[in-house]
Amino acid sequence: MKFGVVIFPGSNCDHDCYYSIQSVTGQPVEFIWHQETSVKGFDAVVLPGGFSYGDYLRTGALAKFSPVMKAVKSFAEKGGLVIGICNGFQILAEAGMLPGALMRNSNMKYICKFLKLRTATTDTPFTNRLTADQILNVPIGHGEGNYFADEDTLKQLEDNHQIVFRYLENPNGSLHDIAGIVNAKRNVLGMMPHPDRSSDPLLGSTDGRLIFESMVNALAGANRCE
Amino acid sequence: MKATIIVTLKPTVLDPQGITIQRSAQSMGLSEVTVIRQGKYFDVHFAENTSPEHGKELVQKLAKDVLTNPVIEEFRIVWEQKS
Repeated sequence: MKFGVVIFPGSNCDHDCYYSIQSVTGQPVEFIWHQETSVKGFDAVVLPGGFSYGDYLRTGALAKFSPVMKAVKSFAEKGGLVIGICNGFQILAEAGMLPGALMRNSNMKYICKFLKLRTATTDTPFTNRLTADQILNVPIGHGEGNYFADEDTLKQLEDNHQIVFRYLENPNGSLHDIAGIVNAKRNVLGMMPHPDRSSDPLLGSTDGRLIFESMVNALAGANRCE
Repeated sequence: MKATIIVTLKPTVLDPQGITIQRSAQSMGLSEVTVIRQGKYFDVHFAENTSPEHGKELVQKLAKDVLTNPVIEEFRIVWEQKS
């Protein structure tokens, strides 16, 4: 199974994702330049962190017009696994692939630190290796991770168990302590914390590995069914 | 023909930047300034032969699809006709 890591102008966690996924899963990983119009041959697509298009206009707002996003969207509609980390989450929200929006942190700070996440559902292709309520030590690094959605959307997310990770101590004002969500079909995950920065013991935590391992697990299962 | 598009957060959405600026205004001694909401402003110019009807369509599309995020923002358009 092959992972693809999209590079937008201004992405800066592309190599972190490449390295983490390759070293954790042992699966082939390739970069996908944002001008590409196809993601054919990939089993999972990663939208990495960074500052795509310089965060101009709104975070993630201009990346959604990159040619590759059309392909990523139709890949997801067909059930392909897509994970957006940090700026990747912002892009998925702007592209309408996930509900809600990421706003400025409520406390005037760009926050870069390790913090604890609680696993809110294991019923996703990204968390099948986790146990219910498992606490993960994963870092964040963002100024705009304050998750916002209207009441109806939040209710829908809660009712359908689409909230995947919650902060134990809310760092940014996110409604319902949301750190990560999946779409209704559960094959698109957006999360502000960085599993790519917590997959190597040198960086202080390897909890992020479980997310990439879950994806491999899910893909292996999917292949068996075919 | 020129359009100005003003993008603001919906009234129900918290504006941490506006609040922070308002607090700074208080610190300056401008105690009468009770609320500040931050927004964005875009000047849009058109090719000379663009009809007003088509221009209006373009601006609506631009404002809806690019300049605002409908989850949190709304916009209004001010037209300026060149004399």
